[in-house]
Amino acid sequence: MTFKDATAIVGIGQTPFAKHLPEDERTLACRAVLAALDDAGIAPGEVDALASYTMEETDEVELAKAVGLGDLTFFSKVGYGGGGSCATVAHLAAAIASGQATVGVAWRSRKRGSGPRPWKNTDAQLPTPAQWTRPYGLLRPVDEIAMLARRYMHEYGATRDHLFNVALACRNRANQNPSAIMYDRPLTREMYMTSRWISEPLCLFDNCLETDGALACVIVSRERARDCRHTPAYVHSAAQGLPAQHHGMVNYWTDDPLTGPAWTAARHLWKHADLTPQDVDVAQIYDAFTPLIPLSLEGYGFCGRGEGGAFTEGGALEIGGRLPLNTGGGGLSEAYVHGFNLINEGVKQLRGTSTAQVPGAATCLVTAGEGVPTSALLLRS
Amino acid sequence: MLTPVTDPDGAPFWQYAAQGELRVQACADCGEPRFPPRPCCPHCQSFETEWRALSGQGRIWSYVVPHPPLLPDYAALAPYNVVIVELAEASRIRLVGNLVSEPGAPVNSLDPHRIRIGAKVRFTYDEATGLPQWVLERP
Repeated sequence: MTFKDATAIVGIGQTPFAKHLPEDERTLACRAVLAALDDAGIAPGEVDALASYTMEETDEVELAKAVGLGDLTFFSKVGYGGGGSCATVAHLAAAIASGQATVGVAWRSRKRGSGPRPWKNTDAQLPTPAQWTRPYGLLRPVDEIAMLARRYMHEYGATRDHLFNVALACRNRANQNPSAIMYDRPLTREMYMTSRWISEPLCLFDNCLETDGALACVIVSRERARDCRHTPAYVHSAAQGLPAQHHGMVNYWTDDPLTGPAWTAARHLWKHADLTPQDVDVAQIYDAFTPLIPLSLEGYGFCGRGEGGAFTEGGALEIGGRLPLNTGGGGLSEAYVHGFNLINEGVKQLRGTSTAQVPGAATCLVTAGEGVPTSALLLRS
Repeated sequence: MLTPVTDPDGAPFWQYAAQGELRVQACADCGEPRFPPRPCCPHCQSFETEWRALSGQGRIWSYVVPHPPLLPDYAALAPYNVVIVELAEASRIRLVGNLVSEPGAPVNSLDPHRIRIGAKVRFTYDEATGLPQWVLERP
């Protein structure tokens, strides 16, 4: 049994994205899943595997009976918020490659735009490290990442202009994508540099959107994929990453807190791939916060330690640059649905149907959240 | 303001802190300090632990200045600072805390522009809250 290119994503679906959608999360999940199955040309009754995030509110039972799925023989959920996005596809790919299932659906439905902010919950104590951070006012994910960002900027000379390059690339792609929340709202350097602080050194535009929406995709074997409607996006390589002695987003208690899960996932990803970072045509890199991009660029081997900021210079992340980034607009400017839109955008690039198409794109890296235990996919056409 | 929701492994830290003592968990067999506290030693797998007293000296490793939206109690104090202090005796242990103008002062008592990565700081604590605090060695 081999994992490499044994499975493919053959269907993608999504709901509209908005600050507020009237329907509930379960209804949005059903719509996205049915859209993905329709896109694949596969009937709901053929689905026998599901995967999602532990933070997903709609469980397998509710989803399966609502949309009329068949008998399920594999279902899994992945933890750590946005770190689990690519792992949902990876789990299904492994299940299908090993014969545990034949048609898998991964999905995420979330009303993060109109629903509660998780960090505002003071009843349910967040994971154990919270006792060491929250009483001092380190309350939100942005505060935890800003701490790493400040140190990164101090150690390696990265600047706010580098973070702006990230925000701008995502916004420029969103301006080409009618489905993106920021489709009609261009970003300028002036706007970025004068925007309000959220957690210094990070400003408003360093933060992802708060979005209602749902997405799903369909995974089948390579043999089955050849019979589907669209160009298959083969799962060439996949990995999860939880480094030894890692502490989650508050990874302050290791020898090098700036070397996170991306490095662990990347080692496995490239070890099992026929490709190298230089072969990647387009990247969808998890962007809940702009500093995750330079960190991930280093972790996944596109540049050396400390070079992630400089990598963004000269339009490198734009269409035509060294590594076109988040071509649907990403979490920063298309929609923040825990990174699932990055997976579907990767599939669109390999089909040649992106609203910001990279000419001839044949390989795409998709990553999940850096900082938290993470995951990544290398897709190819 | 949020108070620490402790667990059995972490509780001793807060008990010592409330007495004005900075102690961290260490392995009673191999001697390796560890943070956050946990049931056994990741280096030698021993379950024997001790709480080692430290000098309370450290340096600023990084810091942030949060602005709203925040929980109401914190929004009222914003902008304030949150620092990470790298401890002199155990560089891998970096404690999150607040840098204040003097022991017991509020978390927004120091002008954020006076904070520098690498600055030497010293452990103190707020008698009112029992929370550790940090002050600059050379204010």
